[in-house]
Amino acid sequence: VDLTLSPQEEAFRDELRSWLADNHPGHEPSGDEAAFEFRRSWQRKLDEASYAGLSWPEEYGGRGATLIEQAIFNEEVVRARAPMPANVLGLIMGGPVVIAHGSEEQKERFLKPILTAEEIWCQGFSEPESGSDLASLKTKAVKDNGEWVVTGQKVWTTFAHEAKWCMLVARTDQDAPKHKGLTYFIMDMEQDAVQVRPLRQITGEAEFNELFIEEARIPDENVVGGVGNGWMVAITTLMHERAGIGFSSAVGLKIALGELMDLVREKGLAEDDVTRQRIAQLYIEAEVTRLTASRGLTQQMKTGIPGPEGSLVKWQWSDTNQAMTELATEVRGPEGPVIDEDWTYRFLRARANSIEGGTTEILRNIVAERVIGLPRMR
Amino acid sequence: MNFDFTDDQQAIKSTAHDFLAARLKPEKLRELAEAGSYDDALWKEMSELGWPGIFVGEEHGGQGLGVVELVILMEELGYALAPSPFLSNAAAGLMIQHAGSDEQRDRWLPGIASGEQRGTVAYVENGVAALVPDADSADVIVLFDSDSDTASVVPSSDVQVETLDTIDSTRHYSRVTPEGGAGEELSGGRGSADEAIAPIAVAVAAELVGVSQKAMEMAIEYAKDRQQFGRPIGAYQAVSHRCAQMLLETEGARSVTLYAAWTADHEPESLQLAASMAKAYASDCGWRVTASSLQVHGGIGFTWEHDLHFFLKRAKADGHLFGSAREHRERVAELAGLTRSQPAAV
Repeated sequence: VDLTLSPQEEAFRDELRSWLADNHPGHEPSGDEAAFEFRRSWQRKLDEASYAGLSWPEEYGGRGATLIEQAIFNEEVVRARAPMPANVLGLIMGGPVVIAHGSEEQKERFLKPILTAEEIWCQGFSEPESGSDLASLKTKAVKDNGEWVVTGQKVWTTFAHEAKWCMLVARTDQDAPKHKGLTYFIMDMEQDAVQVRPLRQITGEAEFNELFIEEARIPDENVVGGVGNGWMVAITTLMHERAGIGFSSAVGLKIALGELMDLVREKGLAEDDVTRQRIAQLYIEAEVTRLTASRGLTQQMKTGIPGPEGSLVKWQWSDTNQAMTELATEVRGPEGPVIDEDWTYRFLRARANSIEGGTTEILRNIVAERVIGLPRMR
Repeated sequence: MNFDFTDDQQAIKSTAHDFLAARLKPEKLRELAEAGSYDDALWKEMSELGWPGIFVGEEHGGQGLGVVELVILMEELGYALAPSPFLSNAAAGLMIQHAGSDEQRDRWLPGIASGEQRGTVAYVENGVAALVPDADSADVIVLFDSDSDTASVVPSSDVQVETLDTIDSTRHYSRVTPEGGAGEELSGGRGSADEAIAPIAVAVAAELVGVSQKAMEMAIEYAKDRQQFGRPIGAYQAVSHRCAQMLLETEGARSVTLYAAWTADHEPESLQLAASMAKAYASDCGWRVTASSLQVHGGIGFTWEHDLHFFLKRAKADGHLFGSAREHRERVAELAGLTRSQPAAV
């Protein structure tokens, strides 16, 4: 066991810290459009310093950073309260999938504009009838004269209104078993056959969208990983998504806890025994989440792939974040439901934590079946 | 960064695992637990392997390794539910090594490291130590006074020792009352006696991780095996999700305990907070996992003939040793930044 950073890792962190201090763009402007352009120019800055494609190989414009360096990066940007890059889904999912499963032509065509945020990516996996049971999805793609014709509906599509490309999983073989008949496409969003409708959520904002697809066209060269391999390609994407979340979310929890402690002092509850016990428990759970994520990282460095243990981290993080925002609301007393700058949004937004990126129930199934080895539920 | 064992550490772990599995077969464990006795031959072998002195400096006859290696042993001892005075003796060694003067270390550590002159630590609150492991058989007792944060060493004959009947028959506990004026204060060491409680709490946390691991494995095995309504009960989510929860908590306790042990060896400024996090989390984990395992076992888990209850009882007792979850959480709140203007009345 050695939890210290190597000299190279320390150098990476120090360089990053001073870069963030020099280049931090300040507060995000209000208004969706302005905020998005702000994030786009932030990503351009990140890319110029080779931080946008941190985990990508150098030959594709990335930095080829180690897993530890990626963890350091995720921790530091959260700590510095830096904005999110505009094309976050392209960076953590779209790009890595093209690199892992794409053809040379696809790499040449798609990778650079992902890094520069010139072309934004969104993800079309979930459907109204296919949430946890993703492989049951019904959106259909039929080959017609060398191109694919797609019809169906997608939901929870973040950034759909800004996106040029959609990572789309559709059924190309109606007769194959449900996991086998799927194909992964890169679909052009700029066509009339694709309609985007914002989906208003309980926070009042519209972070997500619904996609209505009516005979949209996708050229054959935009199939990634081969016809019928969509499930395998999509799973890689999800694994990357989950593996990356652990660190930044654990650090985010710790920062929010610091703010909660300020609130506790302000409300005169710093010496209240019950509040202290609950704060301490949340603090411990946040640290446990971070440490379990670190252990997972060591395993991933040995085996090369993120393990199903990542499910534990995401599950524990969502529980802890929900409990923390509930406590904050309680500490605010009679003002709890009064909309403020900090807590009401986080309190409501946290309800999605145990649903998005794998519901807690599905994560428990994964742990029970794939980590512990209990019999399958069906 | 490497959050895993080195080859040497891995070797310590697998040696300990295999050794304890061979010496403490289920029949043997049951025999000892029912009689409420320790196996002297086992302690002798453990001493020959150098376990009692694993963290004690070589100049005092120990192996000169660290708290990480100690917790590796502790987890395996918990997993095997070894009835032995290992924890109490290690507690005394940690205390004297940390807070004792050179002379005190020279005098006491060699006996503790060789296992020939055993010690224990009595955690005194309001004038009495209500739950002291192995005070009845220790040669030397370190009295830690939590009110004054000081510690003194006394021969066990100089204090009043009253053996206790507890739910945990795999370890011997006593109530210890210091007699006025007895003892020699620990002084001139690396730090205060108060700080030296931290690695002891980490050692107990590691034992709880081992107990939890074993209780979880018993539940999983049973859930795969036991059939009701025509299929294994582990195929029902009400049962399988309970088992997944056991893994979440056991792995979490293991992460934070290993981290705390590492800070003891390499980052002492973080140890106090880390140790309290580990002890608080592992205490809750130990109880919840063993209790949940009993639920998975159903009626058989409630019978004396099933071994699970020995683990459940050890987990509960460990939760009360060297600070409860509540006391450690109070400390976490303080160290994490919710500073009290007056000390807590815990």
